[in-house]
Amino acid sequence: MQFPGRRRKLNNNLQTELYGHSLQLYAQPPLENISLSEFESFAVDRLKLLKTTENLGVSYVKVSEDYAKKLGAELKTLNFPYRSENGPSEYEKRRKDHISHFILRLAYCQTEDLRRWFIQQEVDLFRYRFNELNAKQKLEFLHKNNLQYDTISVEEKKPLLDKLVNSSYAVSGITVEDQDFYKVPFQDALDLIRTRKVYLKAGYAYIPHQDVVTIILNDFRTRLSKALALTARSLPAVHSDERLQPLLSHLSHAYVGQDYSIQKNIGKISLDQIDSLSGKSFPLCMRQLHQSLRENHHLRHGGRMQYGLFLKGIGLSLEQALQFWRSEFIRGKTDTDKFDKAYAYSIRHMFGKEGKRTDYTPYSCMKVILSNSPSQGDHHGCPFRHSDPELLKQKLQFYKVPPSGISQILELVKGMHYQLACQKYFELTHNVEDANFSLNHPNQYFVESQKLLGGGKNVKREVENSQKSQENTAARGAREEANSSQGVDKMTEELDSFFQDD
Amino acid sequence: MPPSDYDPASLPDLLPLYYRRLFPFSQYYRWLNYGGLQKNYFQNREFSFTLKDDIYVRYQSFNTQSELEKEMQKMNPYKIDIGAVYSHRPNQHNTVKSGTFQALEKELVFDIDMTDYDDVRSCCSTPNEIFYYIPEDFGFQHLLWVYSGRRGVHCWVCDEAARKLSVAARSAVAEYLSLVKGGEETVKKVILTDPIHPFIKESLVVVEHYFPRYALQDQDILGRKESVDKVLSLMPEDILFFICCMDFQNEEKPEGRWKLIKDQSTAKKGQHFEKEIMLQYCYPRLDVNVSKGVNHLLKSPFSVHPKTGRISVPMDFKDLDKFDPFAVPTISLICEELDRPRKGDDDEKSEEIKENEKDAAERRKIRDYKRTSLAKYVKYLDQFLDGMAQSWKGDLLRKSDLQKEF
Repeated sequence: MQFPGRRRKLNNNLQTELYGHSLQLYAQPPLENISLSEFESFAVDRLKLLKTTENLGVSYVKVSEDYAKKLGAELKTLNFPYRSENGPSEYEKRRKDHISHFILRLAYCQTEDLRRWFIQQEVDLFRYRFNELNAKQKLEFLHKNNLQYDTISVEEKKPLLDKLVNSSYAVSGITVEDQDFYKVPFQDALDLIRTRKVYLKAGYAYIPHQDVVTIILNDFRTRLSKALALTARSLPAVHSDERLQPLLSHLSHAYVGQDYSIQKNIGKISLDQIDSLSGKSFPLCMRQLHQSLRENHHLRHGGRMQYGLFLKGIGLSLEQALQFWRSEFIRGKTDTDKFDKAYAYSIRHMFGKEGKRTDYTPYSCMKVILSNSPSQGDHHGCPFRHSDPELLKQKLQFYKVPPSGISQILELVKGMHYQLACQKYFELTHNVEDANFSLNHPNQYFVESQKLLGGGKNVKREVENSQKSQENTAARGAREEANSSQGVDKMTEELDSFFQDD
Repeated sequence: MPPSDYDPASLPDLLPLYYRRLFPFSQYYRWLNYGGLQKNYFQNREFSFTLKDDIYVRYQSFNTQSELEKEMQKMNPYKIDIGAVYSHRPNQHNTVKSGTFQALEKELVFDIDMTDYDDVRSCCSTPNEIFYYIPEDFGFQHLLWVYSGRRGVHCWVCDEAARKLSVAARSAVAEYLSLVKGGEETVKKVILTDPIHPFIKESLVVVEHYFPRYALQDQDILGRKESVDKVLSLMPEDILFFICCMDFQNEEKPEGRWKLIKDQSTAKKGQHFEKEIMLQYCYPRLDVNVSKGVNHLLKSPFSVHPKTGRISVPMDFKDLDKFDPFAVPTISLICEELDRPRKGDDDEKSEEIKENEKDAAERRKIRDYKRTSLAKYVKYLDQFLDGMAQSWKGDLLRKSDLQKEF
């Protein structure tokens, strides 16, 4: 039951309190009643927005003009607050921003992986939106949220001048004297510390005014992370609401798309096929790992994880995997005994047979590109991201990629479009004009390659079927549980269509 | 004392003796108890033991020092690892609801693994002096340096603030300190851009000092043809052309060759390749993954390296670059020293009378390790702990002051 009159009144208070600024830290949850259909449409729109944020973050530098332009366009299309234009619908937009954020919190608080993804996208989105504000609005925002930071005095600044200038791109000898510097504990400016873009002394970071966004982001990230942990605790109560539960679980399943963990195509590949498959259908990262495994009879942990899970994803069974790794390792410095003690465990672990028995999913391109970058002795990572261009060129030449193609690939790498570079590599090695898919997973590369080469039709169909059946059960479950299933089906369709053309 | 004396097969016979008479339990407990400032800090700490045949036992925890002693003397672990301080007793982790058992705190650790250096380093010493800057930049004071027993060095940052760092903060610190990045597919592992950050500048001062000795002489990076090619591959092509045109090959001395490279670098503005080469060859390399996790296990001080038999000993902070891994005693050496006839028994007797209230067994244990070459290294831990105790004292005072106010 809703009372329009009362709601309006409540909104008026809220409007000044919550929606007084186009940007907020989402400290207060929404208190009003909303209809199920609004709930769904808000959630789907925000998910689309976050998904776009993720995709743009891979293809563009996050502070570049193109990135800002595209993300701005998406905000506009989806009716989220954009550049705090104070139009008549601004209130509705801010309300949507607020409510949709909290709905997704419910859907994305459940596992570590989901939380990490959600926080990353929300933080990126927040950075963009903060940077779009003008100087006055930024100050208003700081003031409104009680964010006060200590500036350092002129006397304190003087002996540090040189160091301050050399610590940040944003500071020059001329401007440093008039510029405000904030002194904060280094824990509050981790992004600047990580990239060495700030002066650090005795545990304090000295942050020039224009980098203040990183402190705020850090703050936002910490708050959000804590809030998600709290939300997760109250989740059982939400799950008992049979209208919401299926919606939320569907929302959270949508973020990565296919995760290639489904073990339907198991046993479809025999071990002696791997060598020839690695040349034909493996993406470059896996081809590289396979080759160095064959050459060194060893891979370090990062490589074993990336390659091992990929192989699991293309259909190796646990027994096959053990046999595969053992036969290769014992040709090097490892004997059978040592293998069984030191490595077999981690392979069983990968298949969820040890430890906390998580059935690990193969790494996506994002994960390969962004996390655990390779160091000495490592062969894992994304060859387009983690190789010297010169070495990459040689490798591509060795794999007989035509020179014109190589320069196209190197151009994409230069622009940091690693996944597009990989897709180009796919097109060149498979002799197709347009790959007709958007690459975001090494196992997707494999499936698409097999599809093209005609060998893996069965594999592909199995994957599709199993996914369908999963969705069907989810939808059926929803229908049985709640009478409001129409909404679920509608949203399911909407989401599916969204992620298919993606 | 040739270290070759150590025979891995004798380890099962030596370990009981080592844990019974030599392992410095009281210092060890004093360290991990951190002055008893936080409740259950020692009790909720994870230890893990590696036993014979690589049997790995995780989530061990102990209520008291004597419980730890007894268990170690019973199990005689081949290797001891230290993990995090958890929300509950680690040995009861199965009894609490899943999800509530969480790693809360741990020292910030750095693993400087010298096996990483295979492509640069023929000899095994490293100018760890660079890490003097950890305390300066981050404000940390209590760093315990420990030799890993083989070819690495561990640094335990024990400040309270360091122990409380989040995973994100740990990885940011490690990234800040890592200058050499990239795997097998990256040849050039250091790329500098203007402006050069003060931290890198200060590191360069140290590296410049060491480079002639470590890289040019010891590793002879500009001597043999293959290693020369490796160095040259780190330079931009146009410079390479210059250098090859000049009498690079005729110049035989590595120092002379280095001077040619250096001159080119200073001639070109905005180019830092000579600095980049020095860093790539001399800057210590960190295993970022070890530093990142709160629950990551790291080999404990005074654990024995099963292969070399060397004890993981604390190092003297003031003389890090003079540390000689080959001088570190093996378990067989110190056990043997224990069996040698004692000298100066009389001195000790008079000491005994003075401290006769002390427990006899405890006293004997102290005496025992003092008679071996382990003594020097236990003293380094003692010195470190005294430094820490100064700050505990301050904290305790503040705490009691606060209580008075209430």
